[in-house]
Amino acid sequence: MSEMFSMSAIGSVAAPPRVSKEQKTLRAGFIPLMDASILIVAAELGFAEKEGLRLDLVRDVSWANVRDRLAFRQFDIAHMLSPMPVASMLGLGSNPSPTITPFSLGRGGNAITLSTRIFERMQALTGLPDDASALANAQALAAVLSDMRARGEATPTLGMTYPFSSHNYEFRYWLAAGGIDPDRDVKLVVVPPPLTSDALAAGAIDGFCVGAPWNMVASERGIGRIVAAKQDIWPLAPEKVIGLRPEWAEANADTVSRLIVALDRAARWCDDPGHHDQLAEILSSPPYIPAPRDIIRRVLDGEFSLDARGNKRIIPDYFLFHRGAANYPRPNQALWIYSQMMRWGQAGFSEENCARAENAYRPDLYRNALGADASLPDATEEVAMLSAFMDEQAFEPQHMQDYVARFAVKTGASPAPNAQED
Amino acid sequence: MSGSKITADLTILVIDENAIRASIIEEGLAEAGHCRVTVIHEVNGVARLIETLQPDVIIIDIESPNRDMMEHMFQLTRSVSRPIAMFVDRSDTASIEAAVDAGVSAYIVDGLKKERVKPILDMAVSRFNAFSRLQRELAEARNALEERKIIERAKGILMKMRGLSEEEAFALLRQSAMNEKKKIADIAQSVVTAAGLLL
Repeated sequence: MSEMFSMSAIGSVAAPPRVSKEQKTLRAGFIPLMDASILIVAAELGFAEKEGLRLDLVRDVSWANVRDRLAFRQFDIAHMLSPMPVASMLGLGSNPSPTITPFSLGRGGNAITLSTRIFERMQALTGLPDDASALANAQALAAVLSDMRARGEATPTLGMTYPFSSHNYEFRYWLAAGGIDPDRDVKLVVVPPPLTSDALAAGAIDGFCVGAPWNMVASERGIGRIVAAKQDIWPLAPEKVIGLRPEWAEANADTVSRLIVALDRAARWCDDPGHHDQLAEILSSPPYIPAPRDIIRRVLDGEFSLDARGNKRIIPDYFLFHRGAANYPRPNQALWIYSQMMRWGQAGFSEENCARAENAYRPDLYRNALGADASLPDATEEVAMLSAFMDEQAFEPQHMQDYVARFAVKTGASPAPNAQED
Repeated sequence: MSGSKITADLTILVIDENAIRASIIEEGLAEAGHCRVTVIHEVNGVARLIETLQPDVIIIDIESPNRDMMEHMFQLTRSVSRPIAMFVDRSDTASIEAAVDAGVSAYIVDGLKKERVKPILDMAVSRFNAFSRLQRELAEARNALEERKIIERAKGILMKMRGLSEEEAFALLRQSAMNEKKKIADIAQSVVTAAGLLL
């Protein structure tokens, strides 16, 4: 019953009132996850108001809904997975509609969790230590998978969030780095993040890659073991972004600038550890994240309970809301996402596709809005980041095809018919 | 398998975790002459079903987090002939809004003429709305029942503590409600709460 009421509450959103020429009230779609923090804080703590904007946050339940409701103008802006604007510009997925991002909502937050049952087998079979690296964990899983195949056991099922998600590409990257073919050796399925822990407990899945706080929710329940964090795979990997329709951004240029300023101020606030008590308080209150405040608080500081046996790990910068130019939408990140789409057969290569992918990320809008306040990436650091992958395979944005060809594990079949023609 | 009307040859799959709402949709489709309708309440195993069924239209509850699962499936399953998107006509803002408000989304096989799908979607939207109304009415009815129970208990307390008859107890509650400009049920609730504290 209460479900019914919340459903209609989500559904019946009034048309946005228009003040003057440009819009001042923005309807913002979001999924209740910790990486929506900047957007939530901008609305809750007056950062948007200070820029003369009202953020009307509308909670949604699926990325497909977020995408469609942005496309159909039900939302003006949206909390999105970083690959979603890239996919939309490449014409991938159902109902693609041009989407750009002028602001990244930070980095980090993802992790990979396996069931304790599988992890115990990995330790028994390979002598894997408790503090093994992400790569060693993946290799141990590979050993267990071949053992399972030899014994004729069923192929394990692993959960992620969306076909065009950081989770899909990061999970695949980690598996493949360990020598596992994600399309042959395991079965990848989509599980909505809040359900991951229960699905693991019920044995419906054997592991998952999702955002915070769901990994730690599973490890503290004693049903899962965290085996890799997003930072282990590629520290520069983008997570969530703010998505906009390009024609709306053009017609509301001033509003977009104010929005970016508001988000920048909110991001700086979220990044300050002194604010994390308050941030955890906001995030854990309705209508945001249905998880214990205590877990959210510790996840914010990167304090991880890897399992329920007391194994802990501190991951510095597990959430980067602002530092390290975390809000700057790097075209190289968009290209890396495109490279993974090529790698896994979602898209074919063409120069036009490279341009489309790059143009989904709009650092020009970020810079214009913030001027001297813009946090720009450090050139030397950026170059170093391009080779900071868990398998030491350096990303070469200039040589996309060669880069993809170098991966030993990738989709062998010819790529799916891809991206739209003009 | 063909129905009596021209539209009846479409194969329609309804995915709705709410069994009652799904049956309301199914009934509506049957009334409109669609006989190739399959209804499921959970998405487990839906991939295989879609492959064998090859539906022209899939209607799914917008509040189902399983939409993302469907998107993934459509990415993987080459045999599913390009099921697309949500809503029929991108340019038709009114019907998009109506669908979102009602909570309906749909996947439609590419190339299907929109005039063939629109009546189905419109029907789904109106049935979803009717269902919401039904839920609201049910909630109100339950509420009314709860209120009656509370009033009964309050009456019982007053009768016992003040030695009143049933009519007198009810009259007292009603008089207090009028004096305080409150509902009888609210006064009754106060009586029950107060009695709980005092006894």
